[in-house]
Amino acid sequence: MKQQIHYREIDGRSPGFFALLGLIGALILVGLGAAYYMEHNGHYVTGMTNQIVWGTPHVFAVFLIVAASGALNVASISSVFGKTAYKPLARLSGLLAIALLVGGLAVLVLDLGRPDRLIVAMTKYNFKSIFAWNIFLYTGFMVIVAVYMWFLMERKMNRFSKVGGLTAFIWRIMLTTGTGSIFGFLVARQAYDAALMAPMFVIMSFSYGLAIYLLVLMAAYKWTNRPLGDAIIFRLKNLLGVFIASVLYFVVVYHLTNLYMTEHHSYERFVLMDGGVYTQLFWVVQILLGSLLPLLLLYLPATGKSRTWIGISAALVIIGGMAQIYIIIIGGQAFPLVLFPGMEVSSSFYDGVVSHYAPSLPEILLGIGGTAIAAIIVLLGVRVLRFLPVSLEDKYTDPHHETTGTAAQASEATA
Amino acid sequence: MTENSNTDKSRRQFLGSAAVAAGMAVAPGVILHQTASAKPADEAISSKVRWGMLIDTAKCANGCDACVSACDEEHNLGGGRSETDAQWIRKVELRDKQTGHSLTMPLLCQHCEFPPCVDVCPTGASFRREDGIVLVDKHICIGCRYCMMACPYKARSFIHEDLHDQKPYSPRGKGTVESCTFCVHRVDRDETPACVEACDAEGHNAMIFGDMNNPDSEISRQLASYSSSQIRGDLGLNTGVRYRGI
Repeated sequence: MKQQIHYREIDGRSPGFFALLGLIGALILVGLGAAYYMEHNGHYVTGMTNQIVWGTPHVFAVFLIVAASGALNVASISSVFGKTAYKPLARLSGLLAIALLVGGLAVLVLDLGRPDRLIVAMTKYNFKSIFAWNIFLYTGFMVIVAVYMWFLMERKMNRFSKVGGLTAFIWRIMLTTGTGSIFGFLVARQAYDAALMAPMFVIMSFSYGLAIYLLVLMAAYKWTNRPLGDAIIFRLKNLLGVFIASVLYFVVVYHLTNLYMTEHHSYERFVLMDGGVYTQLFWVVQILLGSLLPLLLLYLPATGKSRTWIGISAALVIIGGMAQIYIIIIGGQAFPLVLFPGMEVSSSFYDGVVSHYAPSLPEILLGIGGTAIAAIIVLLGVRVLRFLPVSLEDKYTDPHHETTGTAAQASEATA
Repeated sequence: MTENSNTDKSRRQFLGSAAVAAGMAVAPGVILHQTASAKPADEAISSKVRWGMLIDTAKCANGCDACVSACDEEHNLGGGRSETDAQWIRKVELRDKQTGHSLTMPLLCQHCEFPPCVDVCPTGASFRREDGIVLVDKHICIGCRYCMMACPYKARSFIHEDLHDQKPYSPRGKGTVESCTFCVHRVDRDETPACVEACDAEGHNAMIFGDMNNPDSEISRQLASYSSSQIRGDLGLNTGVRYRGI
């Protein structure tokens, strides 16, 4: 018999808790203020133009939405794939998934030209639009994960947790497929129009979601002084390494395919060689800092056993992921549409030239505000409900730990 | 779209019967006069018509942007910020990298039969009228700009700031997306779009507007007699705007 896991709300009375709450609240207010400023004046006050129609808010929104489905993986590994070591981690995984999705959607909605017409988006549908599908995929995800959490947290419903977990897992694959297809189905642009986008976004979600999960887990246990054993951290960081490598694989396949086709050479030259900021973001941030360095840090014996370095690696994955989404969304728009192959094109509407874009402060603040919304949901969630196990010492998470003196630990755990 | 046309239809039917009732009340002693028109106002838009445009790049003059100015004036476009100002039609200069041959031509919404902007619009604000004109319903558009990502011709503009002095026949709104309407307000009055009129006024006659479904129309006769092409014809969108000489 495994150890009994005890969950408890966090205390939430320390000055640290209120300081964090205050900081996150302030960031949300600033984000909302930025959104109001942009809506009131119109989008001309942002870095966006008629050429770059999706800017920094979309980078944040897509990153958060992709990470949301990935954050659920930890729960899926426990419920769907039966890995008991992950079971104590499942609740936080579900909470984080919902929180990140809400944060991402908030950014997306607040960046609409007419956010006041959200009700229109909820009542009028064009079912050929992937955006319309996504409205159902996103709201459905929140409901399904919430019910799944209920199955996990309510003892009487525990027996349904496998079904709940499986449903949530299938749904999250569909959700990220939908997010990737927003770009994959765009036939017009050189950077998109690839079926690979959907699976690549799924694997990106694994990586980003787990990186965020690791950081939140380590922070939560450090700040609440709850014990967190090495066994679970090492499991998660090894898994993160596998995910980073998988994302790299997809990136390589994507670019190799494009490099083979003459039609895409100019786009590849743009991203890989002379795209200025996009090229730098690709090689330096996405590949070097966001992929190779964390891989090295996670697997080198000297750093792979250090929580600090594991935390840094997870942070690097997040930074690299933001860069990757930035290149996909903004780089993909900056590169000119090819309307007349083989022709030099120019016009008053910036045809044939790489479009200029620089993130504006309000856009960045809105993105941070959305991230803060995700953070406040997690913070209040763990404050009022029992998401976090009292202890994640190795004996609760390491299946091989049981062999040594189970009885003694069981009595200790329930004491 | 069907819902739209149904609503249109029932409204038109209602208006129609109301008009008949009113007509019967005042008819005695009044001569009812109807001007010659392709489509009476009470008739629903029908797919029997496919509005289209043929642009002859050989006739399109270098340095002339009469079509662009006419459009800006007709719909009160423009402003002082080139990167965010709406442009429904633009002059594009092309030069063949291999041969050096260059030409100029106007580029506008291509009014596709299978418009990607309509496919991706989540609310159905982007729609295609039965007669082939692709429009945005400014009341339903939420400003998500997905259509702008999807349009292969970059034909759409997002309204980045407050608008002033709008034309009543050309409703626009901050925070929504818009594009060339083929001057639908004129077309419904049996007139030609402002750009075509301006091109003719300059004596270039590079643009022909008409019903591509009517074999006797000027545009159909020209399309049948001479070769023409679609921009990004490989996408199979069956555009309503055709070009000669590219």
